[in-house]
This record gives sequence, C-alpha cells and structure tokens, in this order.
Amino acid sequence: MYAVEITNLTRRFGEFTAVNAISLKIKTGSIYGFLGPNGSGKSTTIRMLCGLLAPTSGDATILGLDIAKDSEAIKHKIGYMSQKFSLYDDLTVIENLKFYAGLYSLSQPEGKRRIAQMLALAGLENRQNELAANLSGGWKQRLALGCSILHNPPILFLDEPTGGVDPKSRRMFWDIIYTLSQAGTTIMVTTHFMDEAEHCDEIGFIYNGGLIASGPPSALKSSINGLLLEIPTPEPMELLAAITSRQLPYLDIYPFGANLHVLIAEEHASRYTPFAANLISPSLEDVFVHLVKSHRKEVLA
Amino acid sequence: MITLENVTKTFGKQSAVNGVSLEIASGEIFGLVGPDGAGKTTTIRMLCGLLSPTSGNLSVLGAANPEAIKHHLGYVPQRFSLYGDLTVMENIRFIGSLYGQTTDKINALAANVLNFTNLLPFKDRYADNLSGGMKQKLALAAGLMHKPTLFFLDEPTTGVDPVSRREFWQMLYQLNKEGTSIFVSTPYMDEAELCTRVAFMNEGRIISSGSPQELRRSYKYQVFELSTPDRNLKARLKSSGLRDINAFGEKYHLVTDSSPTAITTVKAALAAANISITDLNEISPNLEDVFVALASEVN
Repeated sequence: MYAVEITNLTRRFGEFTAVNAISLKIKTGSIYGFLGPNGSGKSTTIRMLCGLLAPTSGDATILGLDIAKDSEAIKHKIGYMSQKFSLYDDLTVIENLKFYAGLYSLSQPEGKRRIAQMLALAGLENRQNELAANLSGGWKQRLALGCSILHNPPILFLDEPTGGVDPKSRRMFWDIIYTLSQAGTTIMVTTHFMDEAEHCDEIGFIYNGGLIASGPPSALKSSINGLLLEIPTPEPMELLAAITSRQLPYLDIYPFGANLHVLIAEEHASRYTPFAANLISPSLEDVFVHLVKSHRKEVLA
Repeated sequence: MITLENVTKTFGKQSAVNGVSLEIASGEIFGLVGPDGAGKTTTIRMLCGLLSPTSGNLSVLGAANPEAIKHHLGYVPQRFSLYGDLTVMENIRFIGSLYGQTTDKINALAANVLNFTNLLPFKDRYADNLSGGMKQKLALAAGLMHKPTLFFLDEPTTGVDPVSRREFWQMLYQLNKEGTSIFVSTPYMDEAELCTRVAFMNEGRIISSGSPQELRRSYKYQVFELSTPDRNLKARLKSSGLRDINAFGEKYHLVTDSSPTAITTVKAALAAANISITDLNEISPNLEDVFVALASEVN
C-alpha cells in the first residue's frame, strides 16, 4: 500500500524548472527521507503535495486523493511543518496548542485530549504556561510539531524540521518521529543531516530538480563500487594533501570528520597498508558524496 | 590576534552574548559551533566591528575597535548578500571597486579569486542562477577581493550539498595555508573536526573550548557503539543504568559513567528481548558525542 504516489511531477517557474518529472512512491507507515542541497526542489515538491502550489504537469495522489482535484480534502489528512512554522511568540505553549486546535475545528473534548497527548509527546507538560518566545530552538520545534499534528493526520510532511537545533534536540526530535511512525503515521521528511537520513526506511535524493537515486539506505550503500577505506587522523586535510601529492591510486578522496575516506579499486588495497586504514561500509554521507560527484562526473573512473 | 574579555551584548532585556572570553592566535582555523540563537552571529558581528559590545573588551588585530582595521578583515555573512541580477564577474568587480582598487588590480584579483573558487567557467552567469554551493563560493570569492589577513565566515556551508561543503573546506584550508587566519561558525560537527580549535556556544555562553583532540579527551564518559536491527532501543534500555542513548546514523552510541556493569546489563536486556547485536564495541568519542553531552548538561 502506498500513501503517496507521484508520477512525472514537474513545476516550472518561468524558464526555471524547479522540479523535473519526479516519480516516487511512499509506503504507508514508512519514513521517507527526501534529501538534496538547497534549491534542488525539495520544498517545491512538498508544497505541491500539500496543495499549496499547483504542478505544471504530472500527477500525484495522497491516500488515493488527487492533489490537483482534491486539494481541500487532502488538507484534512496531512500535517505540514516547515522550519519556519509560525508559532505565536506572545502566546503560551498551551495557548498556541489551543489556537491550532481551534483552527482544525477539533471538538472541545477531542481538543483537550489531543493537547494533553501533544504536551506529553513533546515533553512540554511542565512548561505549558511559558511564552513560546522564551522556549529555545529545540523546544520550539517540538511545540511546532505538536501544533501541526493535533488533528491526528495519517501523513506528515516535515520540511527541515531540525535545522538550527542543538545536537541533543535533533535526537529528541527523531525519537518523536519514530514514535509517530510506529503508531502508523506516514512521514516524508527533508534534512541536511545525513546521519538523520539513516533512520529513514527509504530515501530519495533530488539534485537540480531531478530524482537521481532512491531506495532503502542499505541498497544505496551497496550501489558504491570499490573499497572504502577510513584512515583516522588528527589532520585530515594534511593527510589528503600528502596522499594526492604521492599520486597513490584512488577513485575518490575526501575528509570525513577526524578521518580521511578513500574510495579505491580492490586491486589497489595493498598500496594503502602503510596508512593503518580500516575497511568500512559506506554511510549515507559517503553515498551522497559519491552520487553528487558521479552526477557531476567527477569520480575518477 | 583576537581577544575577547568578558564580552556581553544585550538587545533590550535579551542578552545574546553573555560574558564571553576567548583568545585566538594568528594562523588558526577557529570554529564556533552551537545551535541557532546561541549567539554565534552576534559574536562574529562584534568582531567585525558591525556591533559594539554592551560591556567587556575585545581586540582584533591589536585594535579595540575593529572598524579601524576593517581593510584587513573579510566577512562572509550567513545570508547571501550579493546581487542576483549581476553576473558572477560583475559582483566580483563591484566588490573590488568598493574596496577602492584600480581597474587593473581588480581584473588581476578577480581572475585570481574566481580561479581559486572554481567559478571562472561560470563568470558570466547571473548570481541568481547559481546553486547554493556555488553562491557560497561566490560569497567567499567576494570576501577575498581585498586579501584579508583575518577572515570571518558565518555558517558558510548551511544548506550546501555534502560535496560542495567539502570543496568549501578545501578552499578554507588552502587559504589558511597561505597565511589567512579563519574564524568560522558551523552547525556541522564533522567540520568542527577540521578546525585547529573549537568553541561550543549555547545561550550566549562559551561552554567549552579547545582543540578537537582536547575536547575529545575532556569527555568524562565511556561510549559504546551498538549496531542492531532493533528500532525501539531507547524504550527497551530505559532501566539499564545507561547515562544516555543517542542515535548516530544507523548505529547507537550508549553512554555510561564508566560503570563496568552497564554493558553487561545492556547485553542481558537485549538477549532477554531476543534482539540481535550486530556489533558492540567501546569507541573513542567524536566531537558530536562531546557536544551532545555538553548540550544535555546545559538543558
């Protein structure tokens, strides 16, 4: 069963093609990670799916409803939270929730029940009378999420929900995404953090408006040919310069935190024994370095 | 090269930067990391002379007022501030003339910085039509037009793809090799690992600073990396005496207070629930572990 089905979805702004014939399917109850650099078309796609923007061509259905014809019906079935989700700074936590409960026309007992659930989900029970303005980034994001799912939507679109929050809050936010997913919500989420993408059931990577790869994280990882070596070093940039100047054979080489990652052909493995390199399986960050470069045809073949 | 002594900046009742003291030497790549609203941009703007501290002292290249040594400073703000309806080359020449350079000098420098940032093939493209990563490279190029000795960059790689991010850092590294000191803010911990020194900022304060190695060494706990197909780990291990459980990509980092029994308890709990362990090893903490712990302590 697919909650979202997209076929050749395209959106042009004047001569600029923001989204170029994207086709993808999202299984009901799964977490779909939608990745790509700024300006690649992620938000435009999500805005079309939410009925906020009409496609230039192509089709999409959400729970069987057509985004072109049934956009009003779709709005009741979806939650949408962007990084710039508008909370009212001069309202308290509980007042914000009550306001959104009113917008979604929840009955009073239903509103009360859902608000209590959202406070618990976001860990905000003890802060319900604080002004939203006084919450730090991570708390604000969780309140915004609570507001956007008060009407219990079966599908949730999250557009860069963790941009600009601290590393601990990012993880707390993902714990909530898991909880929702396990309760059956279908989630489409965009992020710039590849470690977050690892938590998704399926990934789509969009680049210059086109979908250049998709599949479960494990399938994307096994699509890289060659051996990936990790060389731990306190000076990744120095080591990179040293290896490139020695003209050792490699397919690709780049810093990776306090390590250097080198992608090599199998027959060249022995050349790297002096570096105490570990053979590792690629992370999604490696996958996307590879995808972007292959797309730009920069990986040495 | 840069000294901050107890520097505070308040906006009305809100203190954006609160008693920050830092010392940054010439030749460093200094990384300021922390969440949005931590005070990173305000700090950078004070160091560039765009804001004055409410209290405390600062000195940049020996000057108490950075305004006086402005021609030695480069600044790439967080938001792209070049002209979308000018081409790459036009933007660069415009910035060059703002710095009062002669036409010959501008032409020579423009060719040089565009070559350095790999933008030469795109010199006639409108800035509006550049990708996010290329826009950031153009902002970097513009900041280099007066050959600054000290370069401030405010989250230059936010929203940039993983390859452009790395290319950008190669350029910073190259600049640093050629003698430019760099002060950069970033939300990415893997980038923080590439700095010579890092300070972690939260709610206006510096919580910790040092070289990446020093920061890792200052970490007080033990980290075990667990690979398991189980997705419900947090709930399952709630009562196993761990200090923290954090997802790291597809793996989990289990944090213990160096208690020898914690991991035995974890193994027993997972075995009882019939959860397979693909891998479980003690690892040395990375900067992300360090900052997750610091952020938890503050909250």
